[in-house]
Amino acid sequence: MPVNFVPSGAEMLRILPEIILVLAGTLIMIMEPLTRPANKHFLGKFALASLFAALWGSVVAHANPGPAFQNMLIVDGFDTFFRILVIVVGILTVLASFQYLKREQSDSGEYYALILFSLVGQCVMAGANELIMVFIGLEISSIATYVLTGYLRDDKRANEAAIKYFLLGSFATAFLLYGIAWIYGLTGSTNLTEIRSALMDLQTSPSVMLVGTAAALMLVGFAFKVSAAPFQVWTPDVYQGAPAPVAAFLSTGPKAAAFAIFVRVYATAFDSISARWEPLIWISALLTMVIGNFAALVQNNIKRLLAYSSIAHAGYLLVAMTAHSEIGIAAIMFYLAAYALMNVGAFAIVAHFSRRRERYLQVEDLAGLGWKQPVTAGLFAIFLLSLIGVPLTAGFFGKFYIFKAALEADLLWLTILGLLTSAVAAYYYLRILVVMYMHEAGEPASTLPPPGAGLKTALWASAVGTLILGIFPSLVLDFAGRSATLLK
Amino acid sequence: MNLLTLVLGIPLAGFLILLVLPKENYELIRRIALLVSVTAFFLSLGLVSPVWQAAPGDYALEVDAPWITTLRIHYHAGIDGISLWLVLLSTFLTPVCVLISWRSIASKVKGFFAFLLLLEFGLIGVFVSLDLFLFYVFWEVSLVPMYFLIGVWGHERRIYAAVKFFLYTMVGSLLMLVGIIWLYNRTGTFDLPAILGMISDGRLNLTHAEQIPLFLAFFLAFAIKVPIFPLHTWLPDAHVEAPSAGSVMLASVMLKMGTYGLVRFCLPLFPLASRACAPWIITLAIIGIIYGALVAMVQPNMKKLVAYSSVSHLGFVVLGVFSFTQIGMDGAVYQMLNHGVSTGALFVLVGYMYDRRHSLEIADYGGVATVAPWLSTAFMITMLASIGLPTLNNFIGEYLVLQGAAQENFTWAVFAAIGVILSACYMLWLYQRVFFGDTPEAVASHMSDLRIREMAAMVPLIVLMVWMGMASQTFLPSIGASTAAVIERTEAVKEIRVESGASLLAKVKEIWHAR
Repeated sequence: MPVNFVPSGAEMLRILPEIILVLAGTLIMIMEPLTRPANKHFLGKFALASLFAALWGSVVAHANPGPAFQNMLIVDGFDTFFRILVIVVGILTVLASFQYLKREQSDSGEYYALILFSLVGQCVMAGANELIMVFIGLEISSIATYVLTGYLRDDKRANEAAIKYFLLGSFATAFLLYGIAWIYGLTGSTNLTEIRSALMDLQTSPSVMLVGTAAALMLVGFAFKVSAAPFQVWTPDVYQGAPAPVAAFLSTGPKAAAFAIFVRVYATAFDSISARWEPLIWISALLTMVIGNFAALVQNNIKRLLAYSSIAHAGYLLVAMTAHSEIGIAAIMFYLAAYALMNVGAFAIVAHFSRRRERYLQVEDLAGLGWKQPVTAGLFAIFLLSLIGVPLTAGFFGKFYIFKAALEADLLWLTILGLLTSAVAAYYYLRILVVMYMHEAGEPASTLPPPGAGLKTALWASAVGTLILGIFPSLVLDFAGRSATLLK
Repeated sequence: MNLLTLVLGIPLAGFLILLVLPKENYELIRRIALLVSVTAFFLSLGLVSPVWQAAPGDYALEVDAPWITTLRIHYHAGIDGISLWLVLLSTFLTPVCVLISWRSIASKVKGFFAFLLLLEFGLIGVFVSLDLFLFYVFWEVSLVPMYFLIGVWGHERRIYAAVKFFLYTMVGSLLMLVGIIWLYNRTGTFDLPAILGMISDGRLNLTHAEQIPLFLAFFLAFAIKVPIFPLHTWLPDAHVEAPSAGSVMLASVMLKMGTYGLVRFCLPLFPLASRACAPWIITLAIIGIIYGALVAMVQPNMKKLVAYSSVSHLGFVVLGVFSFTQIGMDGAVYQMLNHGVSTGALFVLVGYMYDRRHSLEIADYGGVATVAPWLSTAFMITMLASIGLPTLNNFIGEYLVLQGAAQENFTWAVFAAIGVILSACYMLWLYQRVFFGDTPEAVASHMSDLRIREMAAMVPLIVLMVWMGMASQTFLPSIGASTAAVIERTEAVKEIRVESGASLLAKVKEIWHAR
């Protein structure tokens, strides 16, 4: 059968967002040396515009669902959900970065181009239907984020973080690649659907031991990317060292995409050996929640605190993963959307508050902010309450849905232990609220300039989104539920 | 628009209005808060007659609108004879709290009144929810404003108290959330009347082994809130450190969330487990009654004394609920309201004294009666109400509870009655030390008598104490109709138990004869 290697028009439409992002990113790189320093801010606006175009592109792609490029990519509801999610994260990050980069006097096109490239990788991950594409997407996304982490060249901490992230990240990716190689050797395919049917077929199915080993190897790679225990060690150092807006991006965008592909591979390809990987993820989920929440208790640096909190939230997501059901997948999708909004918001405020060279990062520095800048602090309070999981915020409903899925899958102990660790979590988020509202205002809070227009937009958008998802979750939940059903 | 929704919505609207007002204009903020809370109160009076007209065991003014369709979560609200009075208690006490905070809250005025109204919204919501999810939402939402009220406007150790309060309640309620989800997964609905319907027509048959953990999950959340000994340790801290208005709302309304939850959810949903655990819970309640009273007696701090007296009084409520008698249950619900009025009034008065003397230590007072006769009179009446003097409100409630307890087990009533005697001891002794004797210079110069505004907050409370003591028939028939429905749901189970007890006896006899 002759294979037509020229992609059809419909197939091109299906990767429209990626095309837009790549073109825009490349264009920014070209324009960068041609732009005078005074006009650099224009590049950021261009990046923003291209992100909105990519958002539109995802909607167009969604109208033409189906596989593309010999089944390498697939455009379905699941893919669209994550594409939109990461692009929205990109928009919020870019909005929150304008003021930050200007303040650090590092406003340049590279930054925006790298964000766009990283998003390309994440979009590819979301739609990958093929282990090679998984790997390619992961690498495109990761390499851009390694660079972004060390973006502030003169900052020692940022350099250290970038090196650490890069070395550990490459190491973890190697595990993933090794697992992919095993799978290819065992089933003769890298396509998820084919692997699935190869493993389902009892006649030809290779030994469970070997497949299990391959799945475990790949688990190492994914667990690293989503910062699940015991592969979470890099997270606090990297988030702390990276520029705050980059940390906002890292903790939400790549994480969401990594979860997307994690879910797709395990729910599709490895569905038939779920009895093998579920216990592993059970243990990892519990460990992640315990380590994240308890370690966060003793942090004084807000970025580090949010990093540990980010680990803990990965733990909740793994609980839903352990449930291994359609509701579980929908819960993961919803929670990632909720988490993206509240966490980008929280990090954006930290970025703004920390001032030049990120001087003010101790929890105590926030003293009295609640009464000095009620609006900024009020928005921060919404994000924190959502992270705690107080009803009427997205965080609550997300958690509720995750634990509902877990109970439905009879994971009673994981549910109870998980909820108890989330009560522990309330303590460290409350500490920030205590300092903000119940301590006398200190110098850092009194001298805080009001947020700029871009940041303000990002903060309000995230806060309103957090509340809307909390009060009317059906808007997103229904879509997530439908996409989860189609996944298999 | 449904009147119930309106009563619920007004405090929320008031909260949102206060948020956008300029924060410098204190007078405007206070007036709007007062206006909103008074409006809510007068509107809530309209809830009474629909409840009176409703058939016994039915909910009045029911609203049922889909909210989160994916999970069939509804905004399902309605009131019966139990929740009606608790809603009225909330709407009645909020304007009182606005009045007593008029001058005593001098900083961050906007935030204070905004949180007070948000708290009212949460509390009303808890009492009117007939959907488990909705109930949980309000249950948690009411936590946030109270946390801020204690933490920002409280006394020296306010932060410790606020965080302790939040975490304690949160841990308990998370386990309740597990229970709620479990019930949903089993029944496919969060709707309380629907679930109760399934239980009574046998579609949902929870075995004893299933009921016990579920009951405990709910019970723990409620027991922390009540609080039932030994889970009460957050209460003295929170009450003492909170500003007056916070203490009033906390003691008068928030604690009732726990006892209300027991009556509304624990008993009807898990009758087997409730009956099985009743002896243990009653033991804890009686320990709480006596322990609370004894500890109250030795407190050097007035607010702490009132706080421990709450532990003791709430023990009566729990005793009444778990006596499973009509009289006991009526008394328990009535006692919830009585405690709300009289302890609320005590906290108001202690707050007035703090505003003047800036101390809560009993040792710093003495001979107040000579310099502030009106204040002393008000305190006297309130104190007598709290002790349970006939013609005042607490007497009726305590009497009914003791009567109900005695019907089930006379020993319970004997032990609980000790608590009544002790309450007279600590209250009278408190009164003697504070209001009689020599007047120290510091007291004489600071203790001015009540102002008009302070009187305005206090008079309705005293009127209510007398009313509830003299004309309890205003309240009791509607309460009785609703508690009867609760008892009926647990009664069916009792028959089974008695039956099995009887058959056990028959079996023993059979074996005896065989020998």
